[in-house]
Amino acid sequence: MSVALRTLDDGAWISVNDTREVSVSELWRFPGGNFCSCDLSDVVVEGFVETGVDGRTVEVRAYGQCIACGAKATTDWLPVGRVVDGEFRDVDRESVLCPQVAPAATAAAHR
Amino acid sequence: MPSDVEKWKSEVYGNDILDHLYEFAEEGWESIPGDEHDAWFERFKWWGLYHQRNGQESYFMMRIGTPNGVLKPGQTEVVADIAEEYATGPASNPEFGDSWVDWTTRQSIQLHWIKLEDVPEIFEKLDEVGLSTQQACGDSWRNIVGCPVAGKDKHEHVDALPVAMELHDAFKGNEEHTNLPRKWKVSVTGCREGCGQGDINDLAFEPATKEIDGEDVRGFNVRVGGGLARNEPRLAKNIDVFVTPDRAAEVAGGISALFREHGDREDRYNARIKFLMDEWGPEKFRRVLQEDFVDFELETAGEDLRDEYSYNSGYANGGHSDHVGVHEQKDGNYYVGLNVLVGRMGTDDTAELARVANEYGSGEIRVTQRQNVLITDVPEENLDALLEEDLLEHYSPDPHPFMRGSIACTGTEFCSLSIVETKNRQVRFARWLKENVELPEGVEDFHIHLSGCTASCAQPQIADVSLRGMKTRKDGEAVEALDIGLGGGLGENPQFADWVKQRVPVDEVPGAIENLLANFEERRNGDETFREFVERTDEETLAELVEPEETSYEDPMMHNTKMTWYPYADDDGMDASPAPTDREDKPLPADD
Ligand code: HEM
Ligand code: SF4
Ligand SMILES: [Zn+2]
Repeated sequence: MSVALRTLDDGAWISVNDTREVSVSELWRFPGGNFCSCDLSDVVVEGFVETGVDGRTVEVRAYGQCIACGAKATTDWLPVGRVVDGEFRDVDRESVLCPQVAPAATAAAHR
Repeated sequence: MPSDVEKWKSEVYGNDILDHLYEFAEEGWESIPGDEHDAWFERFKWWGLYHQRNGQESYFMMRIGTPNGVLKPGQTEVVADIAEEYATGPASNPEFGDSWVDWTTRQSIQLHWIKLEDVPEIFEKLDEVGLSTQQACGDSWRNIVGCPVAGKDKHEHVDALPVAMELHDAFKGNEEHTNLPRKWKVSVTGCREGCGQGDINDLAFEPATKEIDGEDVRGFNVRVGGGLARNEPRLAKNIDVFVTPDRAAEVAGGISALFREHGDREDRYNARIKFLMDEWGPEKFRRVLQEDFVDFELETAGEDLRDEYSYNSGYANGGHSDHVGVHEQKDGNYYVGLNVLVGRMGTDDTAELARVANEYGSGEIRVTQRQNVLITDVPEENLDALLEEDLLEHYSPDPHPFMRGSIACTGTEFCSLSIVETKNRQVRFARWLKENVELPEGVEDFHIHLSGCTASCAQPQIADVSLRGMKTRKDGEAVEALDIGLGGGLGENPQFADWVKQRVPVDEVPGAIENLLANFEERRNGDETFREFVERTDEETLAELVEPEETSYEDPMMHNTKMTWYPYADDDGMDASPAPTDREDKPLPADD
């Protein structure tokens, strides 16, 4: 099943099948490393850069700032939800997110 | 690959959207196919309709373009009637009630909670008095801004109003210019105070004098590529062109066509003309304009008046920094500038404004870029009675500096981009500051601008204190926060604020401003202005002078207002949202 994935509102939202599903200004925690020097980055999401689907997982790369150390950067691909039977389901973004190792398979920048 | 938006625009855009819009209005919200929402909402913007944020599905913000901020006699009462009848939603706002009118920083009008089904009726009522929402949003010529007292100002260099109106007439609905790569914001200023704020627009005409064939000719210098949005603020660049008022439209058309042909349609983030200017620089820009887009020899720039600019400048050089108060016009009548806190006026008050303007003035109202309104053409003998009106108690021509200096954008109340609550918060800030903080002696202008995100609709980067929405954790909890910036202002040498303190929890912001002002007072040299003080102080010291602190100010909206369906509803949870609703605000059955 094809999924219409795009960023809207100047990168403020991820729209999945014409519904705004994931927004900026959430605080996301994920293992630091590539983003900043914190063990656990705590990032306020300021803008979505790219979005794509890997299998059924909706992933994004987002621009933001770590509120612990102040570093500004763009994240690796992070899973933000899954598409099940054509419906979007959130992953629990309040707990720690796991970056994908390989770039998403069908990633496309929608601007 | 062109963006989705470009694809949608290539299918249906511009005037052609209207038939579809009317059809959807006729058949109701649910007739918009679910998988075409993103496309239609993008197109509706061209007709001034912005779909409101999550939890408010089926409701629209409607923007009405009032060129140069002018509402002709007879128009203001119609706006009030429309707001009263149609701009009401399923919940009310604790400060502003059930319906109101927003006067905006680009001298336009915004209404909220508009139902698609009501749009044809509203358009008809607007049309009857010569108002329109055409191109109020979307990728084309937006509302043209300028000095709000153009044609009335005693000291103006040129009367720019006819030029602004000519541009409006020439480029609204003009098929050649309706589908640009991105929004196109134009400012035309003829006064000496810089209140058209050309520096932050895509295209600016600014007052100048040029010697041509031995004669001093009055007209405009042209600047291109200003804008505040997206962490990439730019001041418009001088392209070394002078133009006479009668040729301004020709040059504007050439520049707009240049943007149409050369702007980036692949990447919307890179599409504003400021980025083309980054790439080309003003010399190449002028060369391409001359070679390919205008048919006559352009004059080089004339002598400008920028050293006199005072508007939003933060300097005390004798000029106005806003239009609040009673001022004489060049015809001997007066205009009276009323302070509208954060630009929002209840509908009853708006109707009253129209009545008062009709009774004491000509009935005309003008909107300023500081979200205020002016009653114009008041004969001297009417002034005393006008100043006695109850309306002016609330919308004062002589407000406290904290009230006068406050600007705020739409924020999480309706806007999808926003990170924090804005207008009501700025009202609470202003009240608290007024009650608790003494301004240093003689400080009458102190501007605090609050924007909910980096789009910068409230023009935060050109205030004394710049605030923009952020998030942080406080005691482990995610809370709304603000970045605090200092050092911004227009004037001869415009500067954007430096964001000296980041992610201050919202309840500590009033304390931060209080401490900052106390520190300023302590270190102030003579009667220097706050901006002058900031300019001679280094960034590190400034960051130390901000000192966020909890005070008696309490913020009821610390939590994530973005995750509510409406921050002020009794039950604000997303699940409690009635939207989408029918024309009468009744929930529509879920369609699964
Ligand atoms: C749902 C989306 C949006 C809403 C509701 C909105 C609302 C507004 C409002 C209300 C104003 C006038 C400010 C005021 O007086 O309150 C304004 C102006 C402005 N908007 Fe937006 N806006 C939106 C999207 C954007 C976007 C996406 C950008 C930038 C990419 C943007 C950039 C600006 C700027 C820079 C100004 C004013 C500054 C100027 O004069 O250039 N806005 N907008
Ligand atoms: S500045 Fe951001 S939050 Fe405020 S109205 Fe503009 S887009 Fe919305
Ligand atoms: Zn002016």
